Amino acid sequence: MISTPRQVTCVEIGRIPIALSTCDKGFPDLLRERYDGFLSSSPPEFELEFDLTGTGPASDDDVRVRREGHEWLIERGDFHARWDPRTGRGSVRQNANPYSLDSVLRILHSLILAERGGFLLHAASAISDGRACLFSGVSGAGKTTMTRLAPPDVTLLTDEISYLRPNAEGYSAFGTPFAGELARAGENCTAPVSALFFLEKGPENCVHELSSAEAVRRLMRNILFFAEDRGLVEKLLATACEFVARVPIRRLTFYPDARVWDEVRNFARDFADNLQEVPEHA
Amino acid sequence: MPETCIYIARSSAIAARALAGEMMVMNSADSTFFTLNEVATTIFQAADGRTPLREIVRDRVCEQFDIDPEQAQADAEQFVAELSGHGILLVSNQPLAPETP
Repeated sequence: MISTPRQVTCVEIGRIPIALSTCDKGFPDLLRERYDGFLSSSPPEFELEFDLTGTGPASDDDVRVRREGHEWLIERGDFHARWDPRTGRGSVRQNANPYSLDSVLRILHSLILAERGGFLLHAASAISDGRACLFSGVSGAGKTTMTRLAPPDVTLLTDEISYLRPNAEGYSAFGTPFAGELARAGENCTAPVSALFFLEKGPENCVHELSSAEAVRRLMRNILFFAEDRGLVEKLLATACEFVARVPIRRLTFYPDARVWDEVRNFARDFADNLQEVPEHA
Repeated sequence: MPETCIYIARSSAIAARALAGEMMVMNSADSTFFTLNEVATTIFQAADGRTPLREIVRDRVCEQFDIDPEQAQADAEQFVAELSGHGILLVSNQPLAPETP
Protein backbone atom coordinates (compact mmCIF):
# COMPACT_ATOMS: atom_id res chain seq x y z
CA MET A 1 0.00 0.00 0.00
CA ILE A 2 1.37 3.41 -0.91
CA SER A 3 0.89 6.22 1.59
CA THR A 4 -0.12 9.66 0.41
CA PRO A 5 2.94 11.91 0.20
CA ARG A 6 3.06 14.80 2.63
CA GLN A 7 3.26 18.27 1.18
CA VAL A 8 5.39 20.76 3.07
CA THR A 9 4.86 24.50 3.29
CA CYS A 10 7.33 26.60 5.25
CA VAL A 11 5.94 29.65 7.05
CA GLU A 12 8.49 32.09 8.50
CA ILE A 13 7.33 34.65 11.08
CA GLY A 14 9.82 36.62 13.17
CA ARG A 15 12.69 34.90 11.31
CA ILE A 16 11.61 31.54 12.69
CA PRO A 17 10.80 29.18 9.80
CA ILE A 18 8.37 26.39 10.65
CA ALA A 19 7.59 23.58 8.21
CA LEU A 20 3.91 22.64 8.09
CA SER A 21 3.28 19.29 6.44
CA THR A 22 0.06 17.50 5.53
CA CYS A 23 -1.33 14.73 3.33
CA ASP A 24 -4.43 16.81 2.64
CA LYS A 25 -4.41 18.14 -0.92
CA GLY A 26 -6.29 21.34 -0.22
CA PHE A 27 -4.46 22.41 2.95
CA PRO A 28 -1.31 23.76 1.24
CA ASP A 29 -3.51 26.10 -0.81
CA LEU A 30 -5.12 27.37 2.40
CA LEU A 31 -1.65 27.88 3.91
CA ARG A 32 -0.35 29.72 0.87
CA GLU A 33 -3.39 31.99 0.81
CA ARG A 34 -3.37 32.59 4.57
CA TYR A 35 0.35 33.22 4.93
CA ASP A 36 1.09 34.90 1.63
CA GLY A 37 4.07 37.14 2.25
CA PHE A 38 5.34 34.88 5.07
CA LEU A 39 6.15 31.78 2.99
CA SER A 40 9.79 30.82 3.08
CA SER A 41 12.37 28.63 1.40
CA SER A 42 14.66 28.76 4.45
CA PRO A 43 15.58 25.46 6.14
CA PRO A 44 12.91 25.01 8.82
CA GLU A 45 13.88 25.23 12.49
CA PHE A 46 10.72 23.41 13.54
CA GLU A 47 8.23 21.00 11.98
CA LEU A 48 4.54 20.43 12.54
CA GLU A 49 2.65 17.54 10.95
CA PHE A 50 -1.03 18.26 10.41
CA ASP A 51 -3.74 15.66 10.45
CA LEU A 52 -6.96 17.31 9.35
CA THR A 53 -10.23 16.11 10.79
CA GLY A 54 -12.60 17.82 8.36
CA THR A 55 -14.04 21.26 8.28
CA GLY A 56 -15.54 23.02 11.24
CA PRO A 57 -15.56 26.34 13.04
CA ALA A 58 -12.87 27.59 15.39
CA SER A 59 -13.72 27.00 19.05
CA ASP A 60 -14.50 29.62 21.70
CA ASP A 61 -13.24 27.26 24.42
CA ASP A 62 -10.25 28.25 26.52
CA VAL A 63 -7.00 26.84 25.28
CA ARG A 64 -5.04 24.55 27.64
CA VAL A 65 -1.27 24.39 27.34
CA ARG A 66 0.58 22.07 29.68
CA ARG A 67 3.70 19.98 29.89
CA GLU A 68 3.48 16.21 29.59
CA GLY A 69 6.95 14.84 30.11
CA HIS A 70 9.20 16.72 27.72
CA GLU A 71 6.35 17.65 25.41
CA TRP A 72 3.95 20.54 25.38
CA LEU A 73 0.34 19.48 25.03
CA ILE A 74 -1.87 22.15 23.46
CA GLU A 75 -5.63 21.60 23.40
CA ARG A 76 -8.80 23.43 22.50
CA GLY A 77 -12.15 22.24 21.20
CA ASP A 78 -10.98 22.52 17.59
CA PHE A 79 -7.40 21.24 17.86
CA HIS A 80 -5.12 18.91 19.75
CA ALA A 81 -1.38 19.39 19.35
CA ARG A 82 1.83 17.99 20.79
CA TRP A 83 5.22 19.63 20.45
CA ASP A 84 8.60 18.50 21.68
CA PRO A 85 10.99 21.44 22.09
CA ARG A 86 13.99 19.07 22.23
CA THR A 87 13.43 17.76 18.71
CA GLY A 88 11.57 20.80 17.40
CA ARG A 89 8.88 18.50 16.04
CA GLY A 90 5.21 18.24 16.72
CA SER A 91 1.87 17.03 15.46
CA VAL A 92 -1.53 18.68 15.21
CA ARG A 93 -5.02 17.27 14.76
CA GLN A 94 -7.37 20.06 13.82
CA ASN A 95 -10.18 21.24 11.61
CA ALA A 96 -9.18 22.62 8.22
CA ASN A 97 -9.90 26.04 9.59
CA PRO A 98 -7.52 28.98 9.19
CA TYR A 99 -8.44 30.47 12.59
CA SER A 100 -7.56 27.21 14.33
CA LEU A 101 -4.28 27.18 12.42
CA ASP A 102 -3.53 30.76 13.47
CA SER A 103 -4.13 29.80 17.10
CA VAL A 104 -1.79 26.81 16.95
CA LEU A 105 0.94 28.88 15.32
CA ARG A 106 0.56 31.72 17.81
CA ILE A 107 0.85 29.35 20.76
CA LEU A 108 3.85 27.58 19.25
CA HIS A 109 5.60 30.90 18.59
CA SER A 110 4.83 32.09 22.11
CA LEU A 111 6.50 28.96 23.52
CA ILE A 112 9.52 29.31 21.23
CA LEU A 113 9.89 33.02 21.96
CA ALA A 114 9.66 32.50 25.72
CA GLU A 115 12.88 30.47 25.53
CA ARG A 116 14.57 33.22 23.51
CA GLY A 117 13.65 36.27 25.55
CA GLY A 118 10.90 37.39 23.17
CA PHE A 119 7.11 37.43 23.31
CA LEU A 120 3.87 38.07 21.48
CA LEU A 121 1.98 41.13 22.62
CA HIS A 122 -1.64 42.20 22.15
CA ALA A 123 -0.58 45.32 20.30
CA ALA A 124 -0.62 46.98 16.93
CA SER A 125 2.79 47.88 15.57
CA ALA A 126 4.03 49.95 12.68
CA ILE A 127 7.33 51.27 11.34
CA SER A 128 7.75 55.02 11.16
CA ASP A 129 11.08 56.68 10.27
CA GLY A 130 12.83 53.31 10.41
CA ARG A 131 11.71 52.41 13.94
CA ALA A 132 8.74 50.45 15.22
CA CYS A 133 6.10 51.93 17.52
CA LEU A 134 3.83 49.59 19.48
CA PHE A 135 0.27 50.40 20.56
CA SER A 136 -1.23 48.16 23.20
CA GLY A 137 -4.37 48.25 25.29
CA VAL A 138 -7.59 46.51 26.12
CA SER A 139 -10.06 45.69 23.38
CA GLY A 140 -11.52 48.95 22.09
CA ALA A 141 -8.60 51.07 23.35
CA GLY A 142 -7.70 52.03 19.79
CA LYS A 143 -5.14 49.59 18.36
CA THR A 144 -6.89 49.28 15.01
CA THR A 145 -7.78 52.99 15.06
CA MET A 146 -4.10 53.89 15.33
CA THR A 147 -3.25 51.75 12.32
CA ARG A 148 -6.13 53.28 10.33
CA LEU A 149 -4.92 56.79 11.17
CA ALA A 150 -1.32 56.04 10.18
CA PRO A 151 0.19 58.30 7.50
CA PRO A 152 0.88 56.64 4.11
CA ASP A 153 4.64 56.31 4.72
CA VAL A 154 4.06 54.18 7.84
CA THR A 155 4.48 50.41 7.36
CA LEU A 156 1.95 48.24 9.19
CA LEU A 157 3.46 45.26 11.04
CA THR A 158 0.17 44.14 12.62
CA ASP A 159 -3.02 45.61 14.01
CA GLU A 160 -3.45 42.80 16.55
CA ILE A 161 -0.46 40.68 17.63
CA SER A 162 3.01 42.18 17.80
CA TYR A 163 6.04 39.94 17.56
CA LEU A 164 9.03 40.98 19.67
CA ARG A 165 12.54 39.63 19.96
CA PRO A 166 15.59 41.01 21.77
CA ASN A 167 18.48 42.42 19.77
CA ALA A 168 21.86 43.85 20.73
CA GLU A 169 20.45 47.30 21.53
CA GLY A 170 16.92 46.59 22.68
CA TYR A 171 14.10 44.81 20.91
CA SER A 172 12.96 44.31 17.33
CA ALA A 173 9.36 44.14 16.15
CA PHE A 174 8.45 41.86 13.26
CA GLY A 175 5.44 41.82 10.99
CA THR A 176 2.88 39.08 11.52
CA PRO A 177 0.08 37.63 9.41
CA PHE A 178 -2.19 37.67 12.49
CA ALA A 179 -4.78 40.31 11.67
CA GLY A 180 -7.42 41.90 13.87
CA GLU A 181 -10.35 44.10 12.87
CA LEU A 182 -8.37 45.51 9.97
CA ALA A 183 -8.45 42.02 8.38
CA ARG A 184 -5.13 42.74 6.71
CA ALA A 185 -1.86 40.91 7.35
CA GLY A 186 1.15 42.98 8.33
CA GLU A 187 4.20 43.47 6.15
CA ASN A 188 6.89 40.85 6.57
CA CYS A 189 9.64 43.18 7.74
CA THR A 190 11.31 44.25 10.97
CA ALA A 191 12.62 47.33 12.77
CA PRO A 192 14.05 48.20 16.18
CA VAL A 193 11.39 49.22 18.69
CA SER A 194 11.35 52.91 19.57
CA ALA A 195 8.49 52.90 22.10
CA LEU A 196 5.48 51.07 23.47
CA PHE A 197 2.35 53.12 24.11
CA PHE A 198 -0.57 51.91 26.18
CA LEU A 199 -3.58 53.50 24.55
CA GLU A 200 -6.54 55.28 26.09
CA LYS A 201 -8.94 57.45 24.14
CA GLY A 202 -9.24 60.99 25.49
CA PRO A 203 -10.07 64.59 24.59
CA GLU A 204 -6.53 65.41 23.45
CA ASN A 205 -3.24 63.81 22.54
CA CYS A 206 -0.84 63.49 25.44
CA VAL A 207 2.04 61.18 26.39
CA HIS A 208 2.25 60.30 30.10
CA GLU A 209 5.00 58.68 32.15
CA LEU A 210 4.48 55.25 33.71
CA SER A 211 6.30 53.81 36.70
CA SER A 212 8.40 50.71 36.00
CA ALA A 213 6.11 48.54 38.10
CA GLU A 214 3.01 49.84 36.34
CA ALA A 215 4.70 49.30 32.95
CA VAL A 216 5.49 45.68 33.87
CA ARG A 217 1.96 45.14 35.18
CA ARG A 218 0.40 46.43 31.95
CA LEU A 219 2.89 44.53 29.83
CA MET A 220 2.22 41.22 31.61
CA ARG A 221 -1.51 41.77 31.19
CA ASN A 222 -1.08 42.00 27.42
CA ILE A 223 1.57 39.38 26.71
CA LEU A 224 0.15 36.27 25.08
CA PHE A 225 0.98 33.25 27.13
CA PHE A 226 -1.08 30.23 27.73
CA ALA A 227 0.77 27.74 29.86
CA GLU A 228 0.08 27.23 33.56
CA ASP A 229 3.77 26.63 34.01
CA ARG A 230 5.89 28.28 36.65
CA GLY A 231 9.11 28.07 34.63
CA LEU A 232 7.48 29.81 31.68
CA VAL A 233 5.87 32.51 33.83
CA GLU A 234 9.24 33.14 35.50
CA LYS A 235 10.91 33.59 32.11
CA LEU A 236 8.17 35.93 30.90
CA LEU A 237 8.31 38.05 34.03
CA ALA A 238 12.09 38.36 33.61
CA THR A 239 11.60 39.23 29.94
CA ALA A 240 8.94 41.85 30.79
CA CYS A 241 11.31 43.49 33.31
CA GLU A 242 14.09 43.45 30.71
CA PHE A 243 11.80 45.01 28.11
CA VAL A 244 10.73 47.75 30.52
CA ALA A 245 14.38 48.50 31.30
CA ARG A 246 15.32 48.79 27.61
CA VAL A 247 12.29 50.29 25.85
CA PRO A 248 10.50 53.52 26.72
CA ILE A 249 6.95 52.72 27.74
CA ARG A 250 4.32 55.42 28.02
CA ARG A 251 0.58 55.90 28.35
CA LEU A 252 -0.85 57.66 25.33
CA THR A 253 -4.23 59.32 25.62
CA PHE A 254 -5.38 60.24 22.15
CA TYR A 255 -8.14 61.92 20.27
CA PRO A 256 -8.79 59.72 17.25
CA ASP A 257 -7.63 61.84 14.36
CA ALA A 258 -4.44 61.86 12.31
CA ARG A 259 -2.65 64.39 14.59
CA VAL A 260 -1.94 61.68 17.13
CA TRP A 261 0.75 60.40 14.81
CA ASP A 262 2.59 63.75 15.11
CA GLU A 263 2.72 63.14 18.85
CA VAL A 264 3.98 59.58 18.34
CA ARG A 265 6.60 60.61 15.79
CA ASN A 266 7.85 63.49 17.91
CA PHE A 267 8.26 61.20 20.88
CA ALA A 268 10.06 58.54 18.82
CA ARG A 269 12.31 61.17 17.22
CA ASP A 270 13.21 62.71 20.57
CA PHE A 271 14.04 59.29 21.89
CA ALA A 272 16.17 58.42 18.84
CA ASP A 273 18.08 61.70 19.31
CA ASN A 274 18.89 60.61 22.86
CA LEU A 275 19.46 56.95 22.06
CA GLN A 276 22.58 56.75 24.18
CA GLU A 277 20.61 57.58 27.30
CA VAL A 278 18.96 54.86 29.32
CA PRO A 279 15.17 55.15 28.88
CA GLU A 280 13.64 56.72 31.96
CA HIS A 281 10.63 55.54 33.87
CA ALA A 282 9.15 57.54 36.65
CA MET B 1 -2.06 30.16 76.99
CA PRO B 2 0.96 30.02 74.63
CA GLU B 3 0.94 32.35 71.67
CA THR B 4 0.29 30.63 68.34
CA CYS B 5 3.17 30.89 65.92
CA ILE B 6 2.47 31.61 62.26
CA TYR B 7 4.95 30.30 59.71
CA ILE B 8 4.89 31.51 56.11
CA ALA B 9 6.53 30.23 52.92
CA ARG B 10 6.45 31.34 49.32
CA SER B 11 4.39 29.10 47.04
CA SER B 12 6.28 27.17 44.38
CA ALA B 13 3.66 28.25 41.83
CA ILE B 14 4.80 31.86 41.76
CA ALA B 15 7.36 33.88 39.87
CA ALA B 16 8.79 36.99 41.52
CA ARG B 17 11.13 39.73 40.46
CA ALA B 18 12.36 42.96 42.05
CA LEU B 19 12.38 46.11 39.94
CA ALA B 20 13.05 49.67 41.01
CA GLY B 21 12.60 48.83 44.69
CA GLU B 22 9.31 46.99 44.21
CA MET B 23 8.66 43.26 44.15
CA MET B 24 6.47 41.94 41.38
CA VAL B 25 4.83 38.60 42.00
CA MET B 26 2.85 36.51 39.56
CA ASN B 27 0.91 33.36 40.26
CA SER B 28 1.41 30.93 37.37
CA ALA B 29 -1.79 29.06 38.24
CA ASP B 30 -4.16 31.95 37.52
CA SER B 31 -1.91 34.73 36.17
CA THR B 32 -2.79 37.12 38.99
CA PHE B 33 -0.17 39.82 39.38
CA PHE B 34 0.81 41.74 42.51
CA THR B 35 3.17 44.58 43.25
CA LEU B 36 4.49 44.63 46.81
CA ASN B 37 5.63 47.73 48.68
CA GLU B 38 8.86 47.79 50.67
CA VAL B 39 7.40 46.43 53.91
CA ALA B 40 5.51 43.67 52.10
CA THR B 41 8.65 42.84 50.11
CA THR B 42 10.63 42.45 53.35
CA ILE B 43 8.06 39.97 54.70
CA PHE B 44 7.82 38.15 51.37
CA GLN B 45 11.58 37.75 51.13
CA ALA B 46 11.81 36.48 54.70
CA ALA B 47 9.05 33.89 54.17
CA ASP B 48 11.29 30.83 54.45
CA GLY B 49 8.80 28.54 56.20
CA ARG B 50 11.01 28.32 59.31
CA THR B 51 11.00 31.82 60.81
CA PRO B 52 7.80 32.71 62.73
CA LEU B 53 5.97 35.75 61.37
CA ARG B 54 6.27 37.54 64.71
CA GLU B 55 10.07 37.15 64.49
CA ILE B 56 10.09 38.47 60.91
CA VAL B 57 8.10 41.50 61.98
CA ARG B 58 10.28 42.12 65.04
CA ASP B 59 13.70 41.51 63.46
CA ARG B 60 13.17 42.68 59.90
CA VAL B 61 10.19 45.00 59.59
CA CYS B 62 10.56 46.94 62.84
CA GLU B 63 14.34 47.05 62.42
CA GLN B 64 14.14 48.53 58.92
CA PHE B 65 11.04 50.69 59.14
CA ASP B 66 9.78 53.13 61.71
CA ILE B 67 6.58 51.25 62.58
CA ASP B 68 4.79 50.56 65.86
CA PRO B 69 5.37 46.81 66.61
CA GLU B 70 1.73 46.00 67.36
CA GLN B 71 0.51 47.85 64.26
CA ALA B 72 3.24 46.16 62.18
CA GLN B 73 2.15 42.73 63.43
CA ALA B 74 -1.51 43.46 62.65
CA ASP B 75 -0.63 44.77 59.15
CA ALA B 76 1.63 41.78 58.51
CA GLU B 77 -1.10 39.30 59.48
CA GLN B 78 -3.56 41.05 57.19
CA PHE B 79 -1.03 41.07 54.32
CA VAL B 80 -0.23 37.39 54.86
CA ALA B 81 -3.92 36.47 54.88
CA GLU B 82 -4.46 38.36 51.64
CA LEU B 83 -1.51 36.78 49.80
CA SER B 84 -2.38 33.39 51.21
CA GLY B 85 -5.89 33.77 49.77
CA HIS B 86 -4.33 34.30 46.35
CA GLY B 87 -2.04 31.28 46.67
CA ILE B 88 1.12 33.40 46.86
CA LEU B 89 2.05 32.49 50.45
CA LEU B 90 1.55 29.25 52.36
CA VAL B 91 0.60 29.64 56.02
CA SER B 92 0.81 27.15 58.86
CA ASN B 93 1.16 27.01 62.63
CA GLN B 94 3.97 24.50 62.09
CA PRO B 95 7.27 25.13 60.26
CA LEU B 96 6.86 24.56 56.53
CA ALA B 97 9.25 22.67 54.27
CA PRO B 98 10.20 24.74 51.23
CA GLU B 99 8.16 23.75 48.19
CA THR B 100 10.14 22.27 45.32
CA PRO B 101 9.21 23.92 42.02
